[in-house]
Amino acid sequence: MQDVNWIALTIFVLLFAMITWLGFAAAHWRKGDLDLLHEWGLGGRRFGTVITWFLVGGDVYTAYTFIAVPALAFGQGAVAFFAVPYTIVIYPFLFLVFPRLWNVCRKHGYVTSGDFVRGRFGNRWLALAIAITGIVATMPYIALQLVGIQVVVGALGISGHGFAADLPLIIAFLVLAAFTYSSGLRAPASIAIVKDILIYITAFTAIIVIPVELGGFGKIFAAVPAQKLLLPVPGPNTTGAYGSYATLALGSALALFLYPHSLTGILSASSGHAIRRNAAMLPGYSFMLGLLALFGFFAIAAGVSSLPEYAGGFKQFGNNFAVPALLLHSFPSWFVGIAFAAIGIGALVPAAIMSIAAANLYTRNIHREFINRNPSDRQESQMAKWVSLVVKFGALIFILFVPTQYAIQLQLLGGIWIIQTLPSVMLGVYTRWFNDWALLLGWAAGTFAGTTMAIAVNLKPAYPLALGGYTFPGYIAVYTVILNLLVTVVLTPVFNALSARHAPADQTAAADYFA
Amino acid sequence: MNSAQKKRGGWSWWYLLFVLQFVAVLWPPFYNRAEPRWIGIPFFYWYQMLWVIVSAVTTAVIYLATDD
Repeated sequence: MQDVNWIALTIFVLLFAMITWLGFAAAHWRKGDLDLLHEWGLGGRRFGTVITWFLVGGDVYTAYTFIAVPALAFGQGAVAFFAVPYTIVIYPFLFLVFPRLWNVCRKHGYVTSGDFVRGRFGNRWLALAIAITGIVATMPYIALQLVGIQVVVGALGISGHGFAADLPLIIAFLVLAAFTYSSGLRAPASIAIVKDILIYITAFTAIIVIPVELGGFGKIFAAVPAQKLLLPVPGPNTTGAYGSYATLALGSALALFLYPHSLTGILSASSGHAIRRNAAMLPGYSFMLGLLALFGFFAIAAGVSSLPEYAGGFKQFGNNFAVPALLLHSFPSWFVGIAFAAIGIGALVPAAIMSIAAANLYTRNIHREFINRNPSDRQESQMAKWVSLVVKFGALIFILFVPTQYAIQLQLLGGIWIIQTLPSVMLGVYTRWFNDWALLLGWAAGTFAGTTMAIAVNLKPAYPLALGGYTFPGYIAVYTVILNLLVTVVLTPVFNALSARHAPADQTAAADYFA
Repeated sequence: MNSAQKKRGGWSWWYLLFVLQFVAVLWPPFYNRAEPRWIGIPFFYWYQMLWVIVSAVTTAVIYLATDD
């Protein structure tokens, strides 16, 4: 490993200190009573268009994305660019579905997707399934944010053994835990603004400076091996890489806003209009993500993996070290400090929102439903604060003691699991036609089939579905959510006919979904 | 329900514009090629980046046309 880079480290620490202060100060921003769950956990639903843009942007485009997408381009080439169509096709869903969900959630004081499903379908077991899926899918995601911090801390030249090696990560997490506890969603919302400005400065500087240093885009792409430059053309009787590319983009897009942390970001907006405007403004981040994916190719062209000073980093972090190495190679130390701080802080924002979202789910759909049915407002928000701590320390312990590879694989499974809540949540916004028990069985079928398929292909995202002599490699989440829907649609009339009872009452009325 | 509410919450033909971006980016045969290049960037990459901008503009148009 290279020596400690003192200038970069100093700037990194200063910026970190600044956002720590900001995180605590945020408690007083648009002050609300933090003893109410929707104040602590949704910022009082008062964030306008601009704050929502920063918050959802910080939430969706995480530090791990900024490390992993270029790393994928660096290692495997064109396929990494699926992140671009993915982040194009999410926005129509955001535009059409989520303002309706926002309206109904505000009308009825729903804080989580579980709350909505409970109210809409009147089945607490279905709401429990939604809540558990959300929590389980979120935990490895939080752990992965720590990988982002680990990589940049390592790249700053801080290394050691045992406890000393983990100390920076532990400090970062204590800070995160403390300000999330005290300020709730206001903390990541305010920090997201700083973080995004730093990220945009880094991305736009790098996209101009590095190609100039390397002699232009023509030379950069000439350095990329031909088989990495484009998707391989499918052979006969298969949709090949085209099928996986498109289904990965579509499936990831469908899953994204079902994640509890995305929903928390959306529900904290001040109006449905703010959400719609963001569907047009958030592609700003997609554009930056595309630029960042190109950094993987810059790293190939700069030849950082063969430079001796970065050998230790690549050995420890694999391809995830490509972007830090590229930045170290191309920029003066002070700028590296800013860029690394952007990535490190970029990990704290989503980690904070994810832990808040998981805490909201536990508090509302597990604790309140099954343990203490009539908590006071104060008890409820206090419970959520404690759970946010538990969730974060769980993620910290996970990343310290379990190989990173497991967190990555669990996060992959998480995407397959979370999409199974689509019929209840996204389609539930439009229709009450589904039977609640049919939805629960559809969810179970999709979750089981998805997990089995993923294990069958050694925890890769794509499964080669064989149908009548043709092979359709595709994202497991897409295949299994179709199965889930089929089961739900077939069983709905069956359950309706079998059951003598009346369907549980729908708390929501048609007009609640409109402004 | 008055007509303004219907306009905000219900269906609008403008939404069909969203179909464009799905077709354009979810069908890789359209763009899985290197030529024509733009400032040295293969088609595959600049085409998809261009669609980020096109889709943002489309969404803005739909927003302005359907939101009052």
